Order: sequence, then C-alpha cells, then structure tokens
Amino acid sequence: MRTRPRRQPKADTFFKYLSAGCAFVLLALIAGLFIELLRGSSQSLAKFGARFITSGAWDPVRQDFGAASSIFGTVVSTAIAMLLAVPVSLVIALLLVELAHPVISRIVGTAIELLAAIPSIIYGMWGLFVFAPFMADYVQPVLGTKLGFLPLFQGPPMGIGMLTAGIILALMVLPFMCAAMRDSLAMVPAVVKESAYGMGSTTWEATRRVSLRYCIAGMVGAVFLGLGRALGETMAVTFVIGNSHSISASLFAPGNSIASTLANEFAEASEPMYASALIELGLLLFVLTFIFQAAARIWLRSVGLTERAKG
Amino acid sequence: MKPRSIRSRRFVDRAVKVLSVSSALVGLVALAWILYEVIRRGIGAFNISFFTKAATPPGVPGGGVANALVGTLLMTVLATVIATPLGILAGVFLAEFGKRSRLAAAARFASNALIGVPSIIIGLFVYGLLVVTTGGFSGYAGAAALAIIMLPIVARTAEDMLNLVPDSLRESALALGAPRWRTTLGVVFRAARAGMLTGVLLAVARISGETAPLLFTALNSPYWTHSLAEPTPNLTVTIFNYAMSPYHDWQRMAWGASLLITAGVLLTTISARALLRGKI
Repeated sequence: MRTRPRRQPKADTFFKYLSAGCAFVLLALIAGLFIELLRGSSQSLAKFGARFITSGAWDPVRQDFGAASSIFGTVVSTAIAMLLAVPVSLVIALLLVELAHPVISRIVGTAIELLAAIPSIIYGMWGLFVFAPFMADYVQPVLGTKLGFLPLFQGPPMGIGMLTAGIILALMVLPFMCAAMRDSLAMVPAVVKESAYGMGSTTWEATRRVSLRYCIAGMVGAVFLGLGRALGETMAVTFVIGNSHSISASLFAPGNSIASTLANEFAEASEPMYASALIELGLLLFVLTFIFQAAARIWLRSVGLTERAKG
Repeated sequence: MKPRSIRSRRFVDRAVKVLSVSSALVGLVALAWILYEVIRRGIGAFNISFFTKAATPPGVPGGGVANALVGTLLMTVLATVIATPLGILAGVFLAEFGKRSRLAAAARFASNALIGVPSIIIGLFVYGLLVVTTGGFSGYAGAAALAIIMLPIVARTAEDMLNLVPDSLRESALALGAPRWRTTLGVVFRAARAGMLTGVLLAVARISGETAPLLFTALNSPYWTHSLAEPTPNLTVTIFNYAMSPYHDWQRMAWGASLLITAGVLLTTISARALLRGKI
C-alpha cells in the first residue's frame, strides 16, 4: 500500500503535462501558420513591398503581381453581404426572441442553423447553376432598367459577378450572425423590456430604444463574427464571382476575391514568384480575418464582463 | 424626444413585424430552394455505377464517384483519429488543469483564432508544411489540413462540456482515493460523454464538406486510392472540378456528389444535435 501514493502523483503529472502539450499544439499551430505564410511569401514581399497592395497588375507571364483587384473584390463582396445580412439577421433574431410562438421560433431557428451546416461548395453549386441564371433572367434586368442610371447597375446581366457573390455570402453568414444576435437579445432581462412596455412602447420601440441599447456591444460582436466569415469564404464565391482580375464600378461585372484567386490559381502556380505572390495574398487574408475576429472576441468578452457586473 | 402620433408608431411597429416575418421566410425559402435543387438534380445522377465505379473521362458512360467517396471517407476518418484525442486532451487541460493559467488563456485565444482562420489558409499552411517538404500532394496532407480545422472545434466543445460537469462529481471521486487522471477519464468523461461526442460529430460534419483545404493538399485524382501518400480523390474537389468543366455528364455527376455530401453533412449535424438534446 505504501507505493501507491508515490505512484499516483507521477501518473497525474504525466497526464497533466500530456494535456498541456495538447493545448500547446493549438498555440504552435497558430504561430506556425503565421510563420509559414511569412516564409512562403518572403520572395514576393521582398520584390513588391508595399506596392503589392496598391498594384492592380496580375501578370503571371511577366511575373508582375498586385493584390488590388483581389482586395477590392473581397471588400466589395463582403460589403454587399454585410449590407444585406446585418438587417435581415437582426429582424430574424427579433422574431425568434420576441415575436414568434416558441414552437415556430424553434422551427425557424433550426432551419437557420441548417443553413449554417450546408457546405460552402453546395452554395457554390446552387449559386452557379440555379441562382446565377435566376439573377440574370429576373433580378439584374429589373435593376438595370430601374436603377441603370447608377454605374453600380450597368452592364450586361450575366448572372455571375460581384452582386450574386455578395447575396450568396449574405445567405451564408446570416445564420452565424443571427444566432449570435439571438443570444445577445435573449440576454436582455425581462424587467428592462417590461419597463419599456410599461411606458407604452410598441415592440419595435422597446427593441430599438431599450433592448438594442442594452446589448449593443453583443450586436456589434455578432456583426464582426459575420464579417470575419464573409472575408474568408472561398468556394461559394469562387463559383459565382466570375474570376477575373479586374476592378469595375458595376456590381454586375465579374471580379475576384483573395480567397477565390487562391482557390483558382494556387495549384497551377508553378513559378516560385507566382506561388509566393499567392501566399502573400493568403497572408493578407489571414491578417485581416485575424484582426477582425480578435477584435470581435475582445469586444464580446468585455461585454460579457460588463453585463455580468450589471446583472 | 419629439412626440409622434400613435398611428405612425403602430405603423412602424407593424412594418418591422412584417419585415421580420418575411426575412425569416426568405431564410426558409433559401434553405428549401437549395435542398430542393440538390435533391432534384442529384437524384438523377444516382445509379449503380455512380456508387461503385471510379471516374471516367467526359463522354464515357458508366463513371462514378466511388473512388472519391472512399478517399473522402479515408481522409475524414484519419483527420478524426488525429484531432479527437488531441482536441479532447486540450479541452481537459483548459477545463481541468489550466483553467486560469497563462498557457490556458493563450491556448483559448489560439483556438478561437484558429476557428476563425479561413479554411483555404489552412490549406496554404499545410501545403508549405507537408506538400513542399515531402515533394508531392498527398492524402496525408489533406487529412492533416482537415485535422487542423477540426482540432479547435473539438477542444472548445470538450472544454465547454467538461465545465458543465459539477465539481461535486470530481470531489467524490478524489475523496474515494482516485488519482486525478482516473477521476477525469473514469468519472468526468463519463458525465460529459454525450456532449463531447456531439462536438466531435459536429466537427466531422464540418470537415466532410470542406473543399478549400483539400485543393492544394490532397488535390484530386480520377483513380482509386492505393495509398494516402499520393494525390487522393475526394468528393468535394471532384464537385469543384466537374462543376467547372463544360461537360454535361460531369456536371450531372457533380450534382450527384453534392447530394451525397449534403445528405451526409446534414444527417450528421442533425443526429449530433439530437444526441445533445437527448442526453444532457
């Protein structure tokens, strides 16, 4: 019996360090990711420097690369997606928390969660073969005739392009934002809302002037979460954005994004400089999403603390 | 605040309600539309050879995606086998040992950051790490990329689920003289089993539909997998290649493969959620 107490701590120490090692793997991965991307893009970083971000050139033959069109496409498609998805997820979250019968709320909630489970490539298939023709036949001609005086809606209605990519992106980030918004709306204490209703507010007034103010930080965090996802979304965008290295004012025009350029070209990039430029694109995307997501988490955490303090 | 008539206030309120119901309908319609098209177009591609034969060149009838299905299954299983123990042990550290330590805080931050990294970037990383160094695309690289995507998801759910286990359970096991590791593996794990399994299943659902991380790791191949050390056929990259091709029969196969993937992912997701609801 005497040996047991001495053996136990040893096994425990081993188990503790084993689990700590596994936790360390997570750290090593994120650090390795950054280092590997830096290493892979060193050639391009050295050759193009800061010009890489502003240059619109993309010429694999002359080995001249710039990220401007990819960055432009990423920003524009993400902006369209956020413009559509933020208000829509807000009102759906409102429906789920405040308006709908609990049974309906659960059904709708589950359906929205299933939207999140559908793989990106399925959105791509649907987008390319179903939604893009639908856009070309029904939506874009109408936009073209009604709003064609704006440069945004000029050009031939081809279906694929910035606008279609943005709409599909909106559909893809919607479930994530909606869930986060629902959770933070649900955190608003009943007393706070009841006092607004007691003052004679309508549902929307109570939401806009009281609930939203109460959980504004959670809402902003949800938006950042969606933003991070939209920036890095790859396959669906690759299917429908049109994949052309061009910058156009028209939302009907084909373009590309950082992720779609990588998906399309990296496997074929045989010259070292070409591959290096593509990896630098990846580095840009990594840094962008990292900043947004880190900002969102820090923001959300500070909210969690303040809300706990309040409650 | 300037006073407004009750009528205009009611009108705005009603407008928002209508808007929220119609937005929810848009979501439901989109889901139904996607599922409808995937099923309608996918069913048409299903036949015996679709499930039993390897890919054929365009125009040659009798091709299938069986080789890609096998490749996807192999890589998914390998990724799961790598990521599950690592992720769960990382979760154990975060929930049982580290909790407030500096390593735990850093690991939590890293795990959140990893979840947010676009999957194509994971593909780039593994390309530099395993494809360039070993000299070629391989199923192992594909599985590694999938495992990296899976790891933080498993770790996070494991931590959350272990935190749900009441401390009284741990205390009673320790009071009986069980060492810490036996307490964790024998008692705490048993209590958190359903939740952790849910986490693993959700992560499997997520990676089995991933395409971007496989594009330059596993690549794709029209042949049967003989070894994971060579380019490995898989369903998702096959869908991408077939869909982008101008050949009608390849596009039809892409829809069939899409139905296969969608059904697999949704069934896994739904059963994972049912498991969580039933057990905890």
